[in-house]
Amino acid sequence: MAPVLPSTVVAPAPTAGQRRSRTGYVLLFPGMTWLAVFFAIPFVTLFLTSLQTPVPGKSGRYRFGLEFGNYATALAEYWPAFLRSFIYAGIATALALLISYPLAYFIAFRSGRWRGLMLVLVIAPSFASFLLRTYAWKTILADESPITTFLNSLHVLPDGRILNTSIAVIAGLTYNFLPFMVLPLYAALEKIDPRLIEAANDLYASPATSFRKVTWPLSMPGVVAGTLLTFIPAAGDYINAELLGSTKDRMVGNAIQTNFIEFRDYPTASALSFVLMAAILVLVFTYIRRAGTEELF
Amino acid sequence: MTKEPTKAAQDIAGLVRSSLSRRRVLQAAGVGGVALVAAACGTGGDDEAGASVAPSAAAAQDASDADKVANWSNWPLYIDSDDASGQRPSLEAFQAANGISVAYTEDVNDNNEFYAKVRTQLEQGQDIGRDLVVLTDWMAALWIENGYAQKLDKAIIPNSSNLIPKLQGVSFDPSRDYSLPWQSGFGALGWNKAKLKEATGTDTMNSLDQLFDPGLKGRITVLSEMRDTMGIIMAWQGADPSNFTEDQFNTAIEALTQQIDSGQIRQVTGNDYAGALESGDVIAVIGWSGDMIQLGADFGVALPETGGTLWTDNMLIPALAAHKKNAELIMNYYYDPKVAAEVAAYVQYISPVEGAQEAMALVDPALADNQWIFPSAETLASSFVFMTLTPEQDTAYQRAFQKAIGN
Repeated sequence: MAPVLPSTVVAPAPTAGQRRSRTGYVLLFPGMTWLAVFFAIPFVTLFLTSLQTPVPGKSGRYRFGLEFGNYATALAEYWPAFLRSFIYAGIATALALLISYPLAYFIAFRSGRWRGLMLVLVIAPSFASFLLRTYAWKTILADESPITTFLNSLHVLPDGRILNTSIAVIAGLTYNFLPFMVLPLYAALEKIDPRLIEAANDLYASPATSFRKVTWPLSMPGVVAGTLLTFIPAAGDYINAELLGSTKDRMVGNAIQTNFIEFRDYPTASALSFVLMAAILVLVFTYIRRAGTEELF
Repeated sequence: MTKEPTKAAQDIAGLVRSSLSRRRVLQAAGVGGVALVAAACGTGGDDEAGASVAPSAAAAQDASDADKVANWSNWPLYIDSDDASGQRPSLEAFQAANGISVAYTEDVNDNNEFYAKVRTQLEQGQDIGRDLVVLTDWMAALWIENGYAQKLDKAIIPNSSNLIPKLQGVSFDPSRDYSLPWQSGFGALGWNKAKLKEATGTDTMNSLDQLFDPGLKGRITVLSEMRDTMGIIMAWQGADPSNFTEDQFNTAIEALTQQIDSGQIRQVTGNDYAGALESGDVIAVIGWSGDMIQLGADFGVALPETGGTLWTDNMLIPALAAHKKNAELIMNYYYDPKVAAEVAAYVQYISPVEGAQEAMALVDPALADNQWIFPSAETLASSFVFMTLTPEQDTAYQRAFQKAIGN
């Protein structure tokens, strides 16, 4: 028996921990490959493209370069579009939160046997194409639609119309990304043990206080996830501004699209994409630090 | 078996063209995927390829005789089609007569978008898998200039002599060695008759002064196609869009900016305007003739008295196309006046084929007199072809235009 023990120690037979980590790598492999091929490599080429310099006399031809000036040009020309993107996306996110929270709360605590149906109803619009849904809003907000006519009779619309104004763009963004707000909120609220709220009430907390001290903090992961899932795509969106906005509502996504397709100015388009990505990263990190929800990551 | 998908594809194309937007929306849908992929893979190694592209396009070994097929890319709803069966009668007849099977794809929705899709392959000297493509003048010019289009063998296309004189000598292809027109159309004024009457008291329109009438504030749109919008504005200001100076262009940009800032122009769009005109949100537009005619009798269309744009979409054979001869046989077939009449009767755009009008008269005399399909010399005189721009001019003017329209 004596020689057996040392041989087991030196043998390369994996311990449970090693085996688990190897399984981990195997499981990670498809995802990491996907990430490398479809994110990391394009990311590098996109960055290289953003530094390219034009070939003289050839429209739409670029060669390798280190033209950091592309970034300066892109920012100098398009900072209003960036600003507009973040303002529109910010307002849309706030509105989506205001609309979604009560809805998610209701589904989580009060919907009873209708819960499944209500969740399906939240997701149902996503079954239709994003493009078609946005297009439908053109009809909903048309000049002679009931909504516009009603608001005009109250004289609250500055231009006398909704379609092709910033109001329409923000409304479209709010609507299109609403499910991304509702679902994380619902998931967070649904996990809250109702007995905690009951306990708060038993301890003479008013409904407002029990919400502020119990429900809201416990739903925070949902709030953070929901706002991120809404804000990030909304800031980069260009379909809503394209279809529902006017020439004065162009967002940074439109600027990227125009540079890419119309101007064939790939370096500027790439530089804009990069700045957008960086700006969103900075905003998101600042936000997460302030919101302080470590359990998310 | 092939009927059903074709029909479905046509329905979708029809939906897109009529209620969405042929150019803008598909472009929007395409840009995310196509353009990003192109961005990611496309621009890396084009140094060498770019420098080595010869002015004349490379030809591949022509497999036409052995391989009786041809791949044709065209715009949606741009050929005669039987709405019930989804078949394309003229194309069916060609296939039956020549034993060539044509894969007809409606995948050109926007010049720039289509170019973005095939640019990488063209630059790297690869076959783009298409034997015949249809592109608008200025894009065709870019292809010819870069050596992406093959020289046509006119011996196989004897009918090319039927090309109408007005389109024979174009600046980008003076003797039509590389291109043959498919259809032409006008950039023109279009309006909703009832709404215009309500707003301004008349249901006709013939000038930009009327378009810029304060009574139509926020109820007009102009095209996002720089050449159509700027051409028509320059003509209105008294410049010649076929031969203008930078100052004249800038003056027109100022006028456009002023109309946008004042809120007169509601939006700058592609085909989107058709839906907006129908819903009544928009009363009048600078739009495209064929689209306006397809909207029906409640809508008016006219060339501005100062002139409208005349553009042409051209058939080209891409470099390294594997079935060049088959593509040339297709060109020859569609330059037969009878066939040209058949196509024009359906698509309602201008036929470039001499004799198509006479052929049409035998079938449908009313259509033979239609000024939008067979414009008289007088109509053509009140239209102009936009000046050919150098790449530098093109970039500068596009930028100025896009800046004015909010990009």
